[in-house]
Amino acid sequence: MANHYYNAEDLGKFGSIGEFQKPMADKFFAWYGEVFGEGHLTAKEKSLIALAVAHAVQCPYCIDAYSTDAFEKGFSEAQMMEAIHVAAAIKGGAALVHGTQMMNKVKEISM
Amino acid sequence: MKSLKALGSKLATAREQIDILEHGIDHEHPVSTFPFAENLRNIGLLPLKPTELEIFQINMGKMCNQVCQHCHVDAGPDRKEIMTRDTMQQCLEALKNNPSFKTVDLTGGAPEMNPDFRWFVGEIRKLEKKIIVRCNLTIILANKKYHDLPEFFKSHEIEVVSSLPFYAKDRTDKQRGTGVFEDSIKALKKLNETGYGMEGSGLILNLVYNPSGAFMPAAQNSLEKEYKEVLKRDFNIVFNSLFTITNIPISRYLDYLIKSGNFEKYMDKLISAFNPVAAQNVMCRNTLSIGWDGYIYDCDFNQMLDMKVACDSQHVSEFNSDALKNRSILVNQHCYGCTAGAGSSCGGAVA
Repeated sequence: MANHYYNAEDLGKFGSIGEFQKPMADKFFAWYGEVFGEGHLTAKEKSLIALAVAHAVQCPYCIDAYSTDAFEKGFSEAQMMEAIHVAAAIKGGAALVHGTQMMNKVKEISM
Repeated sequence: MKSLKALGSKLATAREQIDILEHGIDHEHPVSTFPFAENLRNIGLLPLKPTELEIFQINMGKMCNQVCQHCHVDAGPDRKEIMTRDTMQQCLEALKNNPSFKTVDLTGGAPEMNPDFRWFVGEIRKLEKKIIVRCNLTIILANKKYHDLPEFFKSHEIEVVSSLPFYAKDRTDKQRGTGVFEDSIKALKKLNETGYGMEGSGLILNLVYNPSGAFMPAAQNSLEKEYKEVLKRDFNIVFNSLFTITNIPISRYLDYLIKSGNFEKYMDKLISAFNPVAAQNVMCRNTLSIGWDGYIYDCDFNQMLDMKVACDSQHVSEFNSDALKNRSILVNQHCYGCTAGAGSSCGGAVA
C-alpha cells in the first residue's frame, strides 16, 4: 500500500475498477460516455462544466483530466479560470447563504 | 530561435531520437515501451504493407522562414539543405512512369523558398497530377518576391494546405513565433481575395490544426466548426476543411516534450489511445515520401529519422514501383502518433 493517498498514475487505472465489480462498472462507464457525448449541450460545453465541478468537489484526478480535456477542446486559460471562479463563487456563496440560518437562530434566542 | 542542428543538439541526430523513443531519456526515466509493431501484430497488420502508391510527397528542403517549436523537420532559416533541379527531374521521371500517383504533395521547410519551386510546379502540372502545396502562410508576406504566390497557386490549380495551430493569437504565436498569427491572418485574406476557400471557386484552401503543447487534438469536426465560426466572425476569413494533426514525438517536438517534462506522459497517452481503425488507415500505406536529396521513405517522419524504405528502391533515381509496392513499411514507437484516438495523417484524422 502506498504511503500517500493520491497517485497521478491511478487516474490511468480508473477503468480497472471493474475488476472488483464488473456489471456496475460497465454501467457506469457506458453512462459516463453518454453523458459526455454531444447532446443538447456540446461535448465542449460539458467539458467546462466538468472542470468547474472537479474543482468544487476538489478531485485531483478530475482536475487533471478536465484541465487537459478543456484545453484540448479549445478553451483559453482565462475561460477555464472563470469557470473555476464560478465553482468557487457557488461554494463560497453556499457557505455564506447559511449565514441566514445563523441569523435566524441568533434572533430566535436573543432578547 | 535556431534549429537543433545549428545548436549542436544531440536530438539533431536520428539515432539519438530513436534511442529515446525506444528506451527513454538516458535509459533512466521509465517510458512505456510496448512495441508499436506488437500492436500491429495483434490486429493482423504486421508486416505493414502499402495499399496503393497514390500520393507522392516531396520534401523540397529544410529551409524555412519560420522556426516553429514543434517542427518535426527541424527546419528554419539556418537550414540550407534543399532539393536540386536534377533530383526534381528524377521525381518527374518517376511520376511520368507511374500513373498510380494521382497527387503530388509538396512540403518542406517552406517549399516556395526553393529557387526551382515554380519551375517544378509547372512541370508537374504538365503531367496532370493534383498538386498540394503545404504553405506556412507567412512566406507570402516574407518577401516581395513571394507576394504573388496566391496568384501563382491559382494559375496552377494548386490545393493549398496551411498550418494555423489555433484561431486565437496566443496559442499560435507560442508555437510558431511572435507575430505569426497576424501575418497568417493577412495571408489568409490574400488567399481568400484570390478566390481560395471561396464557395464555387474550385480553389481549395485547407487548414491544419496541431496542438500547441503536450496534448492531443480535439475532435476534427467540432474544431472545424469552431474555426469556421471564429475566423468568419472575427476576420471574415473562409476555408474548406480543417485537418487535425497529432504532433509526432520526434525532432523539435521531442525536444519540447523532454524539456517540459512531458515526454513519458505524452507517450503513455499515445500508446493507451492506440486505435486499430486508425492503424488500418495510416497514410504511409498510400504515400511515399521523397527527401530533399532524393532518398525514399515511408513517410515524412521516417524521413526525419533517416529510416529509408526497406527495399531495393531507396533513391528516386532508381525508382522501382514493384519493389516499393511490395515493401514492408518500417515502424517504430513514433508511429503511435498516427494511430492515437481519431488517428492522424497529412490529411487530418483517419478514423
